[in-house]
Amino acid sequence: MAFDNLFSEIVFWALAVVTIGSAALVVHLRSIFRAALMLVVSFLGIAGIFAMVNAEFLAVVQVLVYGGGIAVLVIFAVMMTRDVDTGNRSTAVQPVALMMGIALLGALAYSIVQAEWALLPDSLPGPIATVFVETPTQLGRLLLSDYVLAFEVAGVLLLAAVIGALSLVRERHDA
Amino acid sequence: MLERLLIISAVLFCIGLYGVLSRRHIIAVIMSVEIMFNAVNVALVAFSRYTVPASLRFPGAGTDVERFVLEGQTLAVFVIVVAAAEVALGLALIIALARRRDTIHISDLSTLRR
Repeated sequence: MAFDNLFSEIVFWALAVVTIGSAALVVHLRSIFRAALMLVVSFLGIAGIFAMVNAEFLAVVQVLVYGGGIAVLVIFAVMMTRDVDTGNRSTAVQPVALMMGIALLGALAYSIVQAEWALLPDSLPGPIATVFVETPTQLGRLLLSDYVLAFEVAGVLLLAAVIGALSLVRERHDA
Repeated sequence: MLERLLIISAVLFCIGLYGVLSRRHIIAVIMSVEIMFNAVNVALVAFSRYTVPASLRFPGAGTDVERFVLEGQTLAVFVIVVAAAEVALGLALIIALARRRDTIHISDLSTLRR
């Protein structure tokens, strides 16, 4: 058992089952709108998993960005297209895709189980334990010191994405 | 615990891969790509939490532990930013396409082949 108590263990497995099950429904359901709703469930499950492994900031960001922003965007796009109810059919390569997915999963699972990971001990050494007590503080400090250049570039990227999206969907009255 | 998170991540990634290859609706493909991004984030957070940071593994890497402990989570933040930008642009492209070509099935979009 990886957690201290049985309750955390049960919650973790419930989150894992919900996340994987709803992700499987996203690629299986015929209705694209229901698939989008299942995608939101999957995102929230992943947020729960983040919260359980000392990634509190990422859990909140996951709920805000994926559960909020991206979910609204996807549902908007679904509403602006047609064939919503039956549009999610498979292509001709579906059996091949299924085989490739299973083969990749087998290879990944085998290498994950076989690898010798440099694991941290169960009782964390002092300095590392203090980092995990307050991850949002440490993460904020890192983002504005070591990774400040990447942080600024990410801001510019988001600005470019917003301008690009606006210019793509703008109605052209002159044309 | 690390193995268990990595297996969850691998399952999600393969579901996403299957969706990208097999769906005909473009929005379903984009949603599958989002599942794959999330799988990568789960793996990054798992590595950040359960493996020994670089500063302890290599003697010359320095002494400030927190800089290396949260490397995975920092990378996950940037993955989320890029995924958000990608999905905003992708959906804008889809809406422009649906207006102009009146289709959202990828099998109908083979103009470049002819």
